Amino acid sequence: MDIAVNILLTIATAATPLLVAAIGELVVERSGVLNLGVEGMMIMGAVAGFGASYLTGSPWAGLLAAMVVGALFSLLFAVMTLSLATNQVATGLSLTLLGLGLSGMMGTGFVGLPGERLPYLYIPFLSDLPVVGKLLFGQDPVFYISIALTAAVAWFLFRTRAGLTLRSIGDSHTSAHALGIKVIRYRYLAVLFGGACAGLAGGQLSLVYTPQWVENMSAGRGWIALALVVFASWRPWRVFAGAYIFGMIWIGQLHVQAIDLQQFAGAPWLLYKVMELLKSLPSQYLAMLPYLATIVVLVLISRNKRLTMMNTPASLGQPFVPDR
Amino acid sequence: MRLELVKRPQRSALFSALSPFIAFVLTMIAGGIMFALLGINPFTAFNTYFVSPISEVWQLHELTIKAAPLILIAVGLAVCYRANIWNIGAEGQFILGGIAGSIIPVMFPTFESPIVLPLCLLLGMVGGALYAAIPALLKTRFNTNEILTSLMLVYVAQLFLDWMVRGPWRDPQGHGFPQTVLFNNSATLPELFPDSGRANWGFVFALVAAVAVWLLMSKMLKGFEVRVLGSSPRAGRFAGFSFNRMVFFAFMLSGALAGLAGISEVTGAINQLQPTISPGYGFTAIIVAFLGRLNPLGIVAAGLVLALTYLGGEAAQTALGISDKVARVFQGMLLFFVLGCDTLIHYRIRLVGLGAPKPDAVPAPKLEEAH
Repeated sequence: MDIAVNILLTIATAATPLLVAAIGELVVERSGVLNLGVEGMMIMGAVAGFGASYLTGSPWAGLLAAMVVGALFSLLFAVMTLSLATNQVATGLSLTLLGLGLSGMMGTGFVGLPGERLPYLYIPFLSDLPVVGKLLFGQDPVFYISIALTAAVAWFLFRTRAGLTLRSIGDSHTSAHALGIKVIRYRYLAVLFGGACAGLAGGQLSLVYTPQWVENMSAGRGWIALALVVFASWRPWRVFAGAYIFGMIWIGQLHVQAIDLQQFAGAPWLLYKVMELLKSLPSQYLAMLPYLATIVVLVLISRNKRLTMMNTPASLGQPFVPDR
Repeated sequence: MRLELVKRPQRSALFSALSPFIAFVLTMIAGGIMFALLGINPFTAFNTYFVSPISEVWQLHELTIKAAPLILIAVGLAVCYRANIWNIGAEGQFILGGIAGSIIPVMFPTFESPIVLPLCLLLGMVGGALYAAIPALLKTRFNTNEILTSLMLVYVAQLFLDWMVRGPWRDPQGHGFPQTVLFNNSATLPELFPDSGRANWGFVFALVAAVAVWLLMSKMLKGFEVRVLGSSPRAGRFAGFSFNRMVFFAFMLSGALAGLAGISEVTGAINQLQPTISPGYGFTAIIVAFLGRLNPLGIVAAGLVLALTYLGGEAAQTALGISDKVARVFQGMLLFFVLGCDTLIHYRIRLVGLGAPKPDAVPAPKLEEAH
């Protein structure tokens, strides 16, 4: 039982960065902006988080720094795409390329240093409950933030006036502008929020998931977060579900290599065969699974062209220049 | 104070030509500030970074070795981007090209014949093209976003190469190192002028590809088709052009060129397969394509500039003791500034004071964006 709880705990830890980054990007895309720089903002958050934690001795300061740096980095994207109306795809890509380079340069001095992990937060009494206690009430702070964020974003987008306004901008910036809504201002705020979330996700990687700095440690998670938003058809709780599915795949491929087939001796024939097959695969093939799974879910979700068209924010990715 | 964009009646030819140069100068200034922050005299740094790596003939040879893959990949990407298709998985197509092209020299290491090298190059192109056909198929058949699928396939390709060189293709006499056998002479891309440096035929391929793609895009119907479908899919359909066939064409052409770049790198500069065969050429080529204004001839110049940032990064690492990641930073900044300067082609930028009265008679002829 303890093993199962521990595995579930690691799944939550692997899912959290995906969830946080994807929730941020969801808000950005709901406002009609496509920021492909998630990977870059995430890795900047990771290096800033580790650096600040190492220099100040406080992982909390690291978490804050990760968010601030993520937001500042996204400001660069915002100025380019919103004020200068540049191509969002290309600008987002360049944000990712710049982030990977800049983080590598800033992090040279941090390679191999031991980091400090953010402390677990045990909620009194509740965390003593059997099984669910540790799972729900004995996690790292970012886990709680991620759940709260999902709920808050779901509430904001669908239960508040500002959320409705944000969605209307994403569906038609020209109409929103004609109604007197400050399109660019809303989008700036959305992009900054997305940046802070991506930074936080990066901070989670270098302060919780593996408390150290490794170059390119985001390993494509920013891109998977982007795919999650599509997979979730721009709905917060579906992002949550998607993030945990991917957390499972990410952790599963690590655990499969260590699994003892004897444990599955009594399992149903099909499950045993699947385990046998997975265990016989080389580690590189298992490591491919999250990326292949991303492609598979994208195919499944995009197959229905009309449904996709209905869900996608209609002005996603289009530059907007107010005409007075 | 804030920025305000005013649409030009037509695109500015002046800024269209000037913008890469302005971007380069801005990158230099930003780079100077960065070096100053690192405590290095900017002028020493520039000398180390941009002048010393190309001050001798053998260094020019190295420049072409770095530029060749960048140009080859970027001219292919330019076709995709003109068609409004976002292939960002060239790195994976490069790797698959390298693997597919290595089939003969790795599996038949003693087979020597003049046809080996052409076969290698051909297989490399086929490998890259087929790998690029996957996102094309998913896009046309299942309506899947090609940005994400092509990028995911990069990670898959890297892991696949890692497995190949550690598993089935590892050199049995290699003392356990994760690498294949060294290729024999008939599977080695010859050097152009062996007396003065290492430059190989890869650079010639790059120049030929650039000219060929330029001809294709500006003189041939297929290029016209790509451009029409890229700027207006609806107009393209009325003209009877098939969008799906164009997607396959653009993806497989750029995949084949990336694959050729991969196998040229493997048979030329490395001469065997290793766990890593590319220092991010596939991603840097995206910058090359934009800096070259998606024009194959501009891309040749841009490829040389970006190749210099690689060499400069290495020089800066040895001479100034800073991380060679500085090259990536320069590349990223350059792309940012290019994209920013491109705004000047379509818009005039005005600074508006916060308190200033709003001009109410500004012409707003931007019909094409009003949909």
